Amino acid sequence: MAVIEATDLGKTFRVRRRAGRLRRRVEDVVAVTDLTFGIERGEMVGYIGPNGAGKSTTIKMLTGILVPAHGEVRVNGLDPSRRRTEVARNVGVVFGQRTQLWWDLPLVDSFDLLRRVYKVGDGAYRESLDELVELLDLAALLEVPVRQLSLGQRMRGDIAAALLHDPAILYLDEPTIGLDVVSKARVREFLSKRNAERGTTVLLTTHDLDDIEHLCKRVMIIDHGRLLFDGGLVEVIERLGEERTLVVDLAVEAPPLSVPGARLVSLDGTRQRLAFKRSETSAATVIAAVAAAAEIVELTIEEPDIESAIRRLYESGL
Amino acid sequence: MLDTYRILASARMRSDLQYRVSFVLFTLSQFTVTILDFVAILILFGAVPALAHWSLREVTFLYGLANLSFGIADLLVSPIETVQQHIQTGTFDRLLLRPASPIVQVIADQFSLRRLGKVAEGALVFGIGCRVAGIHWTTARIALTALSVVTGSVIFSGLWVLTSCVCFWWVEGREAQNALTYGGGFLAQYPLGIYGAWLRRLLAYAVPIAFVNYFPAVYVLDRHDRLGLPAWASFAAPGVALVVVIAAAMAWRVGIRHYRSTGS
Repeated sequence: MAVIEATDLGKTFRVRRRAGRLRRRVEDVVAVTDLTFGIERGEMVGYIGPNGAGKSTTIKMLTGILVPAHGEVRVNGLDPSRRRTEVARNVGVVFGQRTQLWWDLPLVDSFDLLRRVYKVGDGAYRESLDELVELLDLAALLEVPVRQLSLGQRMRGDIAAALLHDPAILYLDEPTIGLDVVSKARVREFLSKRNAERGTTVLLTTHDLDDIEHLCKRVMIIDHGRLLFDGGLVEVIERLGEERTLVVDLAVEAPPLSVPGARLVSLDGTRQRLAFKRSETSAATVIAAVAAAAEIVELTIEEPDIESAIRRLYESGL
Repeated sequence: MLDTYRILASARMRSDLQYRVSFVLFTLSQFTVTILDFVAILILFGAVPALAHWSLREVTFLYGLANLSFGIADLLVSPIETVQQHIQTGTFDRLLLRPASPIVQVIADQFSLRRLGKVAEGALVFGIGCRVAGIHWTTARIALTALSVVTGSVIFSGLWVLTSCVCFWWVEGREAQNALTYGGGFLAQYPLGIYGAWLRRLLAYAVPIAFVNYFPAVYVLDRHDRLGLPAWASFAAPGVALVVVIAAAMAWRVGIRHYRSTGS
């Protein structure tokens, strides 16, 4: 049975804009429209799309913060906006850009407060806390006031806070934003472990394709409030991540390079950019061809930027 | 619900205690600022023998009842006005994600014992008023006086919640709200008779501040200037309080469903 179900879900905001000196014009802005999907227990789904695509609006409707303009949501069979508190008992949410911890209090005090707000029993709390402290490596941070934690530490604290009441569903909104490589890896490792061991259903929004690659088998892509794609990760990588770019700095200025299977994107002094498709050629082949033609000083490979890839996807109509 | 209030309010107090000196100074200043209102009344009575036929002793009782009720509401419920900041900065989302009443969470999050300064001032003047106003204490008068403190606090509290709901539609509605809550609290310090007819009607029927202290005081002080209302007006405060609470609860429910959250 699907734990999260959305049917023809939509949200429209009424916005007042200035029109002339005093007059305001009222406009309806569609944030999300005709969204239909189901997420099964234990699934880990990546939810991606450009800024303003409707990701947060969707999550806010799934949690009951926003009342849908049309359509239906069911979380564990309940309508979140009407039975918000009941739904909340089974849901944990992490907003990467905002903390739910008490700024001036030691981390452990925030945990204790949340335990009491969620009415978690003593035994269950101890067990939950011990496990989270160990897996997220929080032991040394428990007595530190939250305002003194680094971003990565705070994020781990926030993730623990969202899971203290052992929710069956976890929504993560940009959980790795601003984190260094080590912290990112740690968060990802924890999430996949939690999912595997407890069967926690996870819906993850992110701008970081790496997050998705590490965690999700299924991806939903949204843009302009519409669901463009809902399917396997493999397929997405093939479609979205197909074109990569080789950036080379040459020792001396050279005429435009011509490499089979790659096309020149730009030429700026000694720097040239070549785009190539994963399916047609490999990075090694392209680099070898360039090296044969000119002396390379420096090179980097740019992976496709998710936003522009999604735009392309949107324009081409998947 | 009370449990959540207690838990979150004690967390706020622990945070506040990191700044002890400011805590003491603020409490004292609250007491001082509020008592200046009463000093103004004393000065006024230096010039006139009575206000709308109310003596200084009677006004002391009236004032004390108003400020004690207002102080209790201010201490326990007034932080609801910070819902405006929560909405503006986006932290209101956070509160809606927890399985607890958002009203309780908003209030408890900004609970501060500093506001005891106001309660102390109200209690002090009220105590003096009870002694000096020349009241013939009967069981009914004692009961009505005690009950009025409760119903008065409830009416002010309800008004605070009700006016805070404005920001679900109009985020900068704070000033309009202050006019009703603080303004109402101030108007209640004087006998209703000094106001013009339209303001009297406003305070009796629209923003029912008159039921906080004026109508109960008329009975307790054995006066008869009910301004055209029947005798039962002195005992109507519980009903009025109930109406205000229901109106506030309904406005809050509608407001929450109307809430639009902020970007991402």
